[in-house]
Amino acid sequence: MTYALGLLVALGGFWFVLSGQISPFFGGVAVISVIATMWLSARLKVIDRDGSPYHRAPQLLLYLGWLLGEIVKANVAVIARVVGPSHAIDPAMVEVKSSATSNLGRALFANSITLTPGTVTVDVIGANLKVHALVRENAGADSFDEMDRKSARTADPHRASGS
Amino acid sequence: MLVAAGVAGLVVAMSLMIVRAMIGPSHYDRILAANSFGTKTVLLIALMGFLFGRPDFLDIALVYALINFVTTIALMKFFRYRTLARPLGAMAREAGKDG
Amino acid sequence: MAEALHWIGGALILAGALLSILGAVGVLRFPDVYTRIHAASLTDTGGATLMLLGMGLISPLGFVMLKLLLVWGFIMLTSPAAANALANAAFGAGVRPRIGTFQIMGEDKPGGSGPERSGEGTAS
Repeated sequence: MTYALGLLVALGGFWFVLSGQISPFFGGVAVISVIATMWLSARLKVIDRDGSPYHRAPQLLLYLGWLLGEIVKANVAVIARVVGPSHAIDPAMVEVKSSATSNLGRALFANSITLTPGTVTVDVIGANLKVHALVRENAGADSFDEMDRKSARTADPHRASGS
Repeated sequence: MLVAAGVAGLVVAMSLMIVRAMIGPSHYDRILAANSFGTKTVLLIALMGFLFGRPDFLDIALVYALINFVTTIALMKFFRYRTLARPLGAMAREAGKDG
Repeated sequence: MAEALHWIGGALILAGALLSILGAVGVLRFPDVYTRIHAASLTDTGGATLMLLGMGLISPLGFVMLKLLLVWGFIMLTSPAAANALANAAFGAGVRPRIGTFQIMGEDKPGGSGPERSGEGTAS
């Protein structure tokens, strides 16, 4: 039920940002389309912890702030490989294990790896991620540790603080 | 004026991306180029809106971003399974984990 | 004040465009699909973020900014999903990445007869 409420608020906010109108007509259309979307989501059975993680919004925002910093660093590293004086690259495939227990945590971790330039998640089998990295030294054994820890703390239920 | 320069820069980047889409060599290179081209198109549409003083273009940019994503996913599914007619989960199970 | 914001925003847009060009150059120069995905994600993350930030600075307050945020959020959500789908499909079709150190501009021609060609058309 909480998840449905979160989805309701998110859809309503989305509609309001897109239309920017407050009038009886637009309000009515908004209610109809939000209800229709909720019904379709219920039929698809996606209103659950993974499909509607809005109860985690504060943690996710904090994580996003940290991730943006990582993205900036990774951007600089990849730019150096594209235009730098040394054109040597050293691609590698590495196996990374996610310590997250929930699907949401694993998805967050895998997507964070893909989002940072220089590393791409190729395959996810259970908690094991196959990662392709542009430079081997940037994908060592402990280079994903911090991201793993933070994404697990952001998304996993048992370490929740107050939800 | 700087906005116009930004538009010019994007157009240069898009033409480079078209070169990659044309020389390939594999399907995946071409789709990657098309997807990246689409992302740049989203930015270009938004920027054009500011250039012409009509930020309503942002709605079009949003829709284009959606279409671009759906296109890429549909193409990947098609090239992997050669059909779009059945649910992805069923085909992945039949093909085995590593396709 | 508004004038200064306008210039800063323009500079950010220009920086984003430059990053997009760099990403495109990377896509042209890197040797196989997987490395090209890295270069393309330069545009998707850095370029898009800088440009939309710049547009946010020159836009009037209000719904335009919220929509820019929406476009940004959407790009940040979909680009890793698309990149992962691409890498996964290429890997599943038997395209193997080149591993080990090599020079981009060496005798190994980008897009030459490397292992990245082995997967072409084998996804039946």
